[in-house]
Amino acid sequence: MELTIHLYGITRDIIGGSKKSVQLPEGARVQDLLEQIRKDYPSLAELKSLLVAVNEEYAEADVVLTERDEVALIPPVSGG
Amino acid sequence: MIEITDQPIQVQSCMDAVQSERAGAVDVFIGTVRNHNKNKEVIRLEFEAFDAMAVKKMKELAEEASRRWPVEKIAIVHRKGILEIGDIAVVIAVATPHRKDAFDACRWVIDTLKEVVPIWKKEMYENGEEWLEAHP
Repeated sequence: MELTIHLYGITRDIIGGSKKSVQLPEGARVQDLLEQIRKDYPSLAELKSLLVAVNEEYAEADVVLTERDEVALIPPVSGG
Repeated sequence: MIEITDQPIQVQSCMDAVQSERAGAVDVFIGTVRNHNKNKEVIRLEFEAFDAMAVKKMKELAEEASRRWPVEKIAIVHRKGILEIGDIAVVIAVATPHRKDAFDACRWVIDTLKEVVPIWKKEMYENGEEWLEAHP
């Protein structure tokens, strides 16, 4: 399946652009997405943390992804 | 009043939003852009937000604060886009019957906002820029 990942903050700079298409096998989980994208962009490993939001909620590593999900990478937040 | 805005934040409208006859205290936190950070001179900031999720998380903070303290009304407004030194980045206004709860709830909301709400701050310097908190 093809997922469109929304990018913010430093992940937008590292990956380039505000969206990125990622090919993953059916049934892939959040941890699979993170492994794939860290392999493609090794400098993501230098971040203090990297979370995934699925449908506007922080998602645990074992959450299963589908093409209908709105998926975003969440680098360390720094609002306020 | 819970919002992300690309327009200057009006503090008075935040205070008006929490006006309540049951409140004996309104605590207002105003976060502003300072001209330095860790010995670097900052010339401006840029805030980026995942708008929909940020508003959702800010609403959850308001609900949780209302569970922990007797909050009558609460306003959380965060700016995004380019901000100059002295501009207001965030306003939190909390109205409660008595002042201690207003102070405590307001402080908890700003502290927790900084940890969980998907907003990112980029500092710009004379010679470069940096996303804050990104690296260890």
